[in-house]
Amino acid sequence: MSDEQPAITLYRLQACPYCERVVRTLDEQGLAYQSRFVEPMHSDRNVVKRVSGKRSVPAIVDDNTGVTMSESANIVEYLENTYGEGA
Amino acid sequence: MPDFDVVSLPDHDAPAEGDTAPDFTRPLVNAEFWEDAALSDLTDDGPVLLVFHTMAGAFPATYVWNELRDRGVPEDVQTVGVSISSPYEHKSFLEERDVDARLFSDPAADVAADYDLEHDLDGMAGVTEHRPAVFLLDEDRTVQYRWIADEWPDFPDYEGIADALDDL
Repeated sequence: MSDEQPAITLYRLQACPYCERVVRTLDEQGLAYQSRFVEPMHSDRNVVKRVSGKRSVPAIVDDNTGVTMSESANIVEYLENTYGEGA
Repeated sequence: MPDFDVVSLPDHDAPAEGDTAPDFTRPLVNAEFWEDAALSDLTDDGPVLLVFHTMAGAFPATYVWNELRDRGVPEDVQTVGVSISSPYEHKSFLEERDVDARLFSDPAADVAADYDLEHDLDGMAGVTEHRPAVFLLDEDRTVQYRWIADEWPDFPDYEGIADALDDL
């Protein structure tokens, strides 16, 4: 699968409703994505801080556009505007 | 050596030298996160030392990873473990043991079944884990070397592993 690794990486936390909201949008748009799970403790999320500047999840990295983004409302809006009908 | 017979493990049909190791996809845990990865993703990038071990917390897992850490593995060989431990347990284990490796989480031990290396734990009803084993795989997932536990417990032949790594 390394030859067809999805362009979108989603940093998420198990059972986090904001993350599930983003997953639902990704699924609605039919977008392939790779999930990377981090731990509940914010102090254990250095990887998220490194890629997005913040320790919050969800965060996505979209290699199609070079966009990195946090906050589920922002991400959903971005995905719909970028990949949704009329985009 | 103890003055009694150690428990022997049954015959098996695990992949032998020259066989292609079965591919699988499971969450692969590193120091920072986990994500689904295929064994073949790793072998595509180079040789892999694949280590089946007990769940985190059992002393054989600690011994094996301490030993591999202290002996070292060539940088061009990716070292990965497989056990039934959850990703959370794997992550704590990597941190506590200061292990520079990645660990697959296979809670249902389906990978153990694919390799014919299931180990039903006596006294832990319903718990099957991976029989201790080590496979050195090349870029085609061909087994270059293997060690399989014959007894319970049993520990890898580290000299044999080192020789196999030298022969890559």
